[in-house]
Amino acid sequence: MSAIMDMLLAHAPALIIAVPLLGAFLTPLISRVSEKGRNIFAILIVGITALFVFLLASDVLANGTVTYVFGSTAETVRQSTVIRILFEVDALSIFMAIIGVILSFVAVFYSYAFMKENTGLDKYYTLLLLMTTGMLGMMLTGDLFNFFVFLEITSIASAALVAFWTNKVKAVEAGFKYIVISTIGALFFLFAIALLYGQYDALNMAKIAQSIGLSGFTFLDKIALVIFIAALAMKGGLAPMHMWIPDAYGRAPASISLLLVGATQASLYGLFRIVFTVYGDVLTLPSVSVGWILVLLGLVTMLVGVIMAIIQTDFKRLIGYAAVAELGYMALAVGTGLTIVATADPMITLESAPFAMKAINGGLFHIINDALDVGLLFLVAGAVYYATKETSLNKLGGLARNMKYTTVFFIIGLLAVAGLPPFNGFASKLLIYESTYQLNPILAIVAILSSILLLAIFVKVLHAVFLGPSLPQYKQVREVPKSMLVAMAVIAGLIIVFGLFPQVIVTQLIEPAANALVNNGAYLQWLTGGL
Amino acid sequence: MIANIPYLAVAGMIIIGLYTILFKKNLIKIVIGITILESGVNLFLITLGYRMGSIAPIFTGNTDGALMSYPVPQALTLTSIVIGVAVLALMLSLVIHIYRHHGSLHVSKIGGEDQ
Repeated sequence: MSAIMDMLLAHAPALIIAVPLLGAFLTPLISRVSEKGRNIFAILIVGITALFVFLLASDVLANGTVTYVFGSTAETVRQSTVIRILFEVDALSIFMAIIGVILSFVAVFYSYAFMKENTGLDKYYTLLLLMTTGMLGMMLTGDLFNFFVFLEITSIASAALVAFWTNKVKAVEAGFKYIVISTIGALFFLFAIALLYGQYDALNMAKIAQSIGLSGFTFLDKIALVIFIAALAMKGGLAPMHMWIPDAYGRAPASISLLLVGATQASLYGLFRIVFTVYGDVLTLPSVSVGWILVLLGLVTMLVGVIMAIIQTDFKRLIGYAAVAELGYMALAVGTGLTIVATADPMITLESAPFAMKAINGGLFHIINDALDVGLLFLVAGAVYYATKETSLNKLGGLARNMKYTTVFFIIGLLAVAGLPPFNGFASKLLIYESTYQLNPILAIVAILSSILLLAIFVKVLHAVFLGPSLPQYKQVREVPKSMLVAMAVIAGLIIVFGLFPQVIVTQLIEPAANALVNNGAYLQWLTGGL
Repeated sequence: MIANIPYLAVAGMIIIGLYTILFKKNLIKIVIGITILESGVNLFLITLGYRMGSIAPIFTGNTDGALMSYPVPQALTLTSIVIGVAVLALMLSLVIHIYRHHGSLHVSKIGGEDQ
């Protein structure tokens, strides 16, 4: 038994990718036999993937970085470096993978009832599993080109899913917009990879990081860095490249909006990984101000997100803009951390730059909190749509009478997203306020202002959708099916647990991840040669 | 000088692709712009791996030890082309849906979102 467990653990990085990928292409076959069996099969596949992720997480958090080699394990063959793909899973990667797999599991569970009335569900589940594969691949890989491939897999699958309701032309248009934006971003990402490959003859992130440190930041490295940041910020939805987010999030089925949050964050993870790990050695040079660029992007993103959310009249589009604002917090916090790190001592420890670590902790903690909070709001919007077939805030009203559980979940999501105690948004936002204040008080003021506006916006939504007089056309509305309620309850439960015990999450998950992000030396020491 | 011509072609293709995506109003032309951009990036990868006077990197065929070009960029390009085909197919199928609904491919005739 223990031997089997060891073997599974040894191959867990590969299985996390292989299981959903294989499951994706088995889904249409099983769909031929039984529709219900297919839905359960999809849940099962994501569940198995989640088990592997948690298995790997326990190993990574206990024993440090895990590398998995596809191809030769020797360094050289016939005097030339070997060609292979390396998965490098450190605390940050596995932290992101946990978020991804939670979102994926909830999405597939929610779909069971939510998508029941649709046709073509074999394709839906295939694409959903492919999207999960791509997302997890982006988070685990240690190879730049491999990252590009997974980025494209995620883009293609998610664009097709955004446009899943092809009878609604707005959804198709949102899908087209999304695929155009993603493809341009990904192609420039590939161009930047080629710039680095041409110089250093390597695709492995650790190897490139080492070479950049040795060469001392050439002109081509700078161009590649600019392209990386622009492409990934575009895919990660930072303003002013955020315009696809409200369209895609707003028009996709609610379960897919939830998963898109994870896909967007995977791109943001790529941004942080490239800035901190690949360029980690040179970004602490005093002349480099990438940190400030991230801070500015974050500020603009927050403001644009909340200001645009105020004037929305569509439920899901409004949440889409709120999601944009939440992305700004992460960029702001991590950028603040980077700015402080860059001006501090090169050997970063918790003692020498406490606010840098606090900012990065806050930013990373906010990634998981945003996924849960915004995700819950999307699921509630989906539940309202399922019950009423309506998303316009002007037409909805008085639903609290008939949908009491959904209303409670919405209130939890509302308070969490606005950063009120005792919910999880408060914990991470407090870390962000405290640390950004040390860099510049204006940053903290803008962040708090955005939170207040978010509260105002969602209180308005609460009133428009759930409170008020009962409308005659919604007399017959009933509470949504159990599978959707359970999915929402899982996320709401996590929100409350994270809000009540933030210290446990921070010490167990966030601090290892933040340390992995800041100390790229730990990532580089696993470098075993080769491409 | 002659060795730089492929790089000039790369720059030209990327600029033409970007121009087409940014300024053309027809959806099909936007798709064409993306494929031109993609070809530019692929050409860049291939050019990086080429060495003057080299032959194809096939070990078994190279008995007299001639200079071979780098195989890795070619593998990358192949992958990139395959991905490109998938993206192209998806984009065109979305364009077909949009055309069926609006009867037009012009951006201004397709209703946008409210805000």
